[in-house]
Amino acid sequence: MELYDGSLDVKMIFGKWLDEESHSNYGAYIPFVGTIRAEDGIEALSFDIYEPILKRWFDEWQERAASRGAIVKMAHAVGDVPIHTSSYISAVFSPKRRVALELIDEFVEDFKANAPIWKYDIIDGKRVYADDRSTPMSGAGVLS
Amino acid sequence: MVRVEFLGPIARDTIEIEATTLKEVSEHLKRDDSLVDWLPKCAVAINDIMVSQLDSRLEDGDKITILPPVCGG
Repeated sequence: MELYDGSLDVKMIFGKWLDEESHSNYGAYIPFVGTIRAEDGIEALSFDIYEPILKRWFDEWQERAASRGAIVKMAHAVGDVPIHTSSYISAVFSPKRRVALELIDEFVEDFKANAPIWKYDIIDGKRVYADDRSTPMSGAGVLS
Repeated sequence: MVRVEFLGPIARDTIEIEATTLKEVSEHLKRDDSLVDWLPKCAVAINDIMVSQLDSRLEDGDKITILPPVCGG
């Protein structure tokens, strides 16, 4: 798991991951790229991350992937990310394509639901919490 | 004493309170009007481990983390 200040250098990170696994004998490498779209007048998105719980979440996914002979990788931006650049990339390496295709779907969906990351719109230089696009994490409401 | 940290958009300073269970933390936070809208939507961790039981026991010095709705990517 890798965190970077600002937009991700997608080509560099994907190339690095390819090099890291070049001799691991995986037959499938499936990358996912999340890019900030221009919509609703935003200039950028901005992200807060709570790293200790994100690390635990990611380690649990790494174990799940390992049980299927695969590995997952991810990188996320911290702070401001301008439109048309990337804030999140991930990938699955597996011996055969089916496991990788299934895992990238499950991994990215669970990432959206349970990774401790908070998104803000940057509009006219102001940072506004993306309340309408945010999802309560599993177990939310225990204190209410 | 336990420490209660509020993450992301809640934008509040960390507080320290006396509590021996998560239920006592809940009772304390529910008295704060500015948190009433947040609490039903927030998840909780004790010492960075997610929990879902209100009777979870707390030790002196524990860190309680309040996590509002998320949206990575």
